[in-house]
Amino acid sequence: MKDAFGLPQSLLVLGGTSEIALATARRLVVRRARTVWLAGRPSPALESAAAELRALGADVHTAAFDALDPESHETVLGKIFAQGDIDMVLLAFGILGDQAHDERDPVAAVRVAQTNYTGAVSAGLVSARALQAQGHGSLVVLSSVAGERARRANFIYGSSKAGLDTFTQGLGDALHGTGVHVMVVRPGFVRSRMTAGLEEAPLATTPEAVATAIELGLRRRSEAVWVPGALRMVMSALRHLPRGVFRRLSL
Amino acid sequence: MSADTVPLTGWGRTAPTAARPTRPRSYEEAVAAVRGCGARGGIPRGLGRAYGDAAQNAGGAVFDMTGLDRVHAIDADGGTVLCGAGVSLHRLMEVLLPLGWFVPVTPGTRHVTVGGAIGADVHGKNHHVSGSFSRHVLSFELLTADGEIRTVRRDTPLFDATTGGMGLTGMILTATVQLQPVETSLMSVDTERARDLDDLMARLTATDHAYRYSVAWIDLLARGAATGRAVLTRGNHAPLEALRSSGAPEGGARARRDASGTRARRDPSGTRAHRDPLAFRTPRFPAPPAFFPEGLLNRTTVGLFNELWYRTSPRARTGRLQGIPAFFHPLDGVPHWNRVYGRGGLVQYQFVVGHGHEETLHRIVRRVSGHRCPSFLAVLKRFGDADPGWLSFPVPGWTLAMDLPAGLPGLGALLDEIDDEVAAVGGRVYLAKDSRLRPELLATMYPRLDDFRALRAELDPRGVFTSDLSRRLAL
Repeated sequence: MKDAFGLPQSLLVLGGTSEIALATARRLVVRRARTVWLAGRPSPALESAAAELRALGADVHTAAFDALDPESHETVLGKIFAQGDIDMVLLAFGILGDQAHDERDPVAAVRVAQTNYTGAVSAGLVSARALQAQGHGSLVVLSSVAGERARRANFIYGSSKAGLDTFTQGLGDALHGTGVHVMVVRPGFVRSRMTAGLEEAPLATTPEAVATAIELGLRRRSEAVWVPGALRMVMSALRHLPRGVFRRLSL
Repeated sequence: MSADTVPLTGWGRTAPTAARPTRPRSYEEAVAAVRGCGARGGIPRGLGRAYGDAAQNAGGAVFDMTGLDRVHAIDADGGTVLCGAGVSLHRLMEVLLPLGWFVPVTPGTRHVTVGGAIGADVHGKNHHVSGSFSRHVLSFELLTADGEIRTVRRDTPLFDATTGGMGLTGMILTATVQLQPVETSLMSVDTERARDLDDLMARLTATDHAYRYSVAWIDLLARGAATGRAVLTRGNHAPLEALRSSGAPEGGARARRDASGTRARRDPSGTRAHRDPLAFRTPRFPAPPAFFPEGLLNRTTVGLFNELWYRTSPRARTGRLQGIPAFFHPLDGVPHWNRVYGRGGLVQYQFVVGHGHEETLHRIVRRVSGHRCPSFLAVLKRFGDADPGWLSFPVPGWTLAMDLPAGLPGLGALLDEIDDEVAAVGGRVYLAKDSRLRPELLATMYPRLDDFRALRAELDPRGVFTSDLSRRLAL
């Protein structure tokens, strides 16, 4: 059960090797989390992530989970929920793709969309149903500011996050009053493996800062969290810029 | 889950979870509700005054006990009452005061049910004399997980597991309670100020025994030499002759005018209070709006309030007459007062440390005041002897209770550290108010926890009676 500060005792991470997810899991294990499920494609990275959390004192399990195989989600996640209540699901899987390459390779572009959007729709719905049945829990979804307005530089990724963001907001409304809390997290540029080698954007942040913001969002039962918080104002200004002006900004 | 679930929280309005409420109005309906509550079990809920998650059951059933609201029998000579578990202490006062009887123990709110008072084994300002609520319970009927109704008497394991058992042994249906005789519905109250924590504890230790009721309001925002400054209010039930000799109670301008004599001349029988010494009058103020702005309770406003409270309290005043609501339940005058903490809700933290651990109490008070927690009117009380309930909270020593906004930065970590200090000296926190304890500490704080778990495993192997609290703390 979550405590008065929204801190979970059990945590399920979808995308168990995500750096933001692991920073969050580390933080939550130090607080209250005793049971952690890391779901992802089986890999040495997943196992070492599990070992790292075990060293912090958590009871860590791993589960094979593939975002690109939505047919399996019901079974995989069903097994996890059958082991006991999950207080928080962190939907953290996603890929950035390579915009320039993917524009020439539609199959690769579709893979970005399938991972980030359709895979998340399936996993999100399955998790939401399980959380609703237990009458409590938080579903935390990692979206991105890239979904807020289409940018020339990453609109394939951005469009997938836009879909995910809208889906999550709607799911939050659908689950309002069911005891389940849905929170969408919109980080800006996060310094991590995913963005290694890319030019850093203004207001860049770190996985640890995102984890801190998630903890605060849990305590406040927020529905949306921007990291850093200033991005909320920045994006709401950018959203209203005329197309012609926005194009020239070369963001 | 179907659409008939509703989100519920405790009085602190933190950690909402959804459950299916049912409101049994008879034994048959209660048995049917328990038998049909489904895989996630159920938990009885009274008036929802427990601060934390004690009366929530995510995804399962919550039995709204206010349907069992009958006062079945009153023995006006022997002073006992047999009533349904859903009867509130407020209702008992309305019914019993005119007969010259008062509830044996009342917590800071009278809007709790008898069943809830037993389940949490509540205590009041008279704990140093009268112990906790369960000491005055002669017997009760308990509907257990197997669907049977048992009559549970004192000095049995089931009695001791149920008093303080947070509703996890079964559903209390009725209870027989021994009452306290009173001549009037007024309190004769002495007030004094203590300049710091040492002064306060010295006064409580020296003269508590002279009063049936005693409590101190501490200013936890005071620092330096004034750390732990407090206002003590202690009193006894006013005897009939006190009404003749003294002024009428506060809270009624008319009554005060009576006392000063202007109307008394026209009315030979004396003051209103004297004409009707057992009247039970309850003032009520408007409730705060449902969406109260967050952050109004901050260091500045609460500090100002505490300062005013301390400064305007008399240094020493004796024999002031006060009504029962004003003395016992000042916050009940404002319905939904918990809304002033805004959407984030509040955390109530109450712990007890035994005699001889005053240094720990000092350290904790210094720590809280050093953290500048905007807690208004924390309450310090000296507990008397413990009662045998396995998970009953009070033990002889010092208990401190404070209301804190849940959104306060760093509060979780601060309370975790205080937990450690409390547990290290054999103290404990109050489960009826808890919403954030770590399960690891529970066995240290409650040494009879294993007995409780064993009894539950035998009585209720499927976990029919389950709450968010029991899940969180693995009770």
